[in-house]
Amino acid sequence: MSALYNAIFRNNYTMLGAVFAGAFAFNMGYDTLMNKIWDHINRGRQWKDIRHKYATSEDDE
Amino acid sequence: MLARSCVRPMRAFASARNGAVQITKRAASSSSGSSAESPLRLNIAAAAATAVAAGSVGWYYHLYGNSHAMTPAEEGLHPTKYPWVHEQWLKTFDHQALRRGFQVYREVCSSCHSLSRVPYRSLVGSILTVDEAKALAEENEYDAEPNDQGEIEKRPGKLADYLPSPYPNDEAARFANNGALPPDLSLMVKARHGGCDYIFSLLTGYPDEPPAGAQVGAGLYFNPYFPGTGIAMARVLYNGLVEYEDETPATTSQMAKDVTEFLHWAAEPEMDDRKRMGMKVLVITSVLFAMSVWVKRYKWAWLKSRKIVYDPPKEGQTKIRD
Ligand code: HEC
Repeated sequence: MSALYNAIFRNNYTMLGAVFAGAFAFNMGYDTLMNKIWDHINRGRQWKDIRHKYATSEDDE
Repeated sequence: MLARSCVRPMRAFASARNGAVQITKRAASSSSGSSAESPLRLNIAAAAATAVAAGSVGWYYHLYGNSHAMTPAEEGLHPTKYPWVHEQWLKTFDHQALRRGFQVYREVCSSCHSLSRVPYRSLVGSILTVDEAKALAEENEYDAEPNDQGEIEKRPGKLADYLPSPYPNDEAARFANNGALPPDLSLMVKARHGGCDYIFSLLTGYPDEPPAGAQVGAGLYFNPYFPGTGIAMARVLYNGLVEYEDETPATTSQMAKDVTEFLHWAAEPEMDDRKRMGMKVLVITSVLFAMSVWVKRYKWAWLKSRKIVYDPPKEGQTKIRD
């Protein structure tokens, strides 16, 4: 417990860094999860679901 | 004195019936003119005024009827509410339908209607692949930059260009359409009450022939959904008019539904992203709200659960605190 305290909460700059890093990491995780749910709700409807029918080669768009 | 002399003329009016005796009495006792008015006459006056007011309102309605600014025909038939899937909170456009709708627009509507706010680039990654969009753009010519002699040459279209308009200007469009201007369709879904429902109803709502008694002006076609019921656009969609590349049967209503959804995309291409962002915002704010409620209750618990007890001094112990 005190290790945690010393590492993060003791100094303002470590606390600030932890908040920023935490926000960044949370945002990435949250976005990924939400986009997965979104794609599940809208499966088959979005362009990425039908693109393969029309794209001729894999390297364009 | 002044007040009394002001009131006197009114009394003089009443005196004709009430008699002079009363007048002098009243003048001496109070300055209120109406206190002696009989309740019966007041009631009759109120009833008469009410009857006149109600009667004139009734007369007005008798003369002018339920006066609306517009007749129902001028208003247009209200469109049916359809359960559009893409209008649900958490649903995107069906991009396969958008592709079909774009095909209908290109093959049918684009000969009269412009779609001037949609560039080729916005079709990419939503309706067409890059190659398809580039090929489509190159089918049309656009003005190039002025050359050395200041002349403007033509160049093939590119992705940054906007979809070409069928007519060079509004006058030409009117001239070709019997004086009626086919409006630009880019924002049509947002520009009409009823949005998608209205456009779908309009496109599919042409009866085989106008109902008996309906007056249809020269060069107009009867459509009950169009305000005024006479529209300068004839019915354009008929079964099998286009051939869908995905082999969906091209019925009138299928084409109308696809082109309507496509026009909704044209008016609101950001809808998919907007709804996805909205979902994220709603989820995160409801979690944060629940957390803040919990924290508030946690922090206030000691205050909310304390008890203040009054312990009255007992007999003979009144001098406890001296
Ligand atoms: C032959 C030319 C022509 C074609 C093809 C055509 N339209 Fe029209 N359209 C018109 C004209 C002209 C008007 C103006 C009507 C008026 O103001 O009376 C109009 C009006 C409209 C309106 C506006 C109605 C309103 O409320 O003001 C919509 C929406 C519309 N057209 C959609 C379409 C769609 C979708 C297609 C393709 C399926 C299409 N039109 C094809 C000529 C055409």
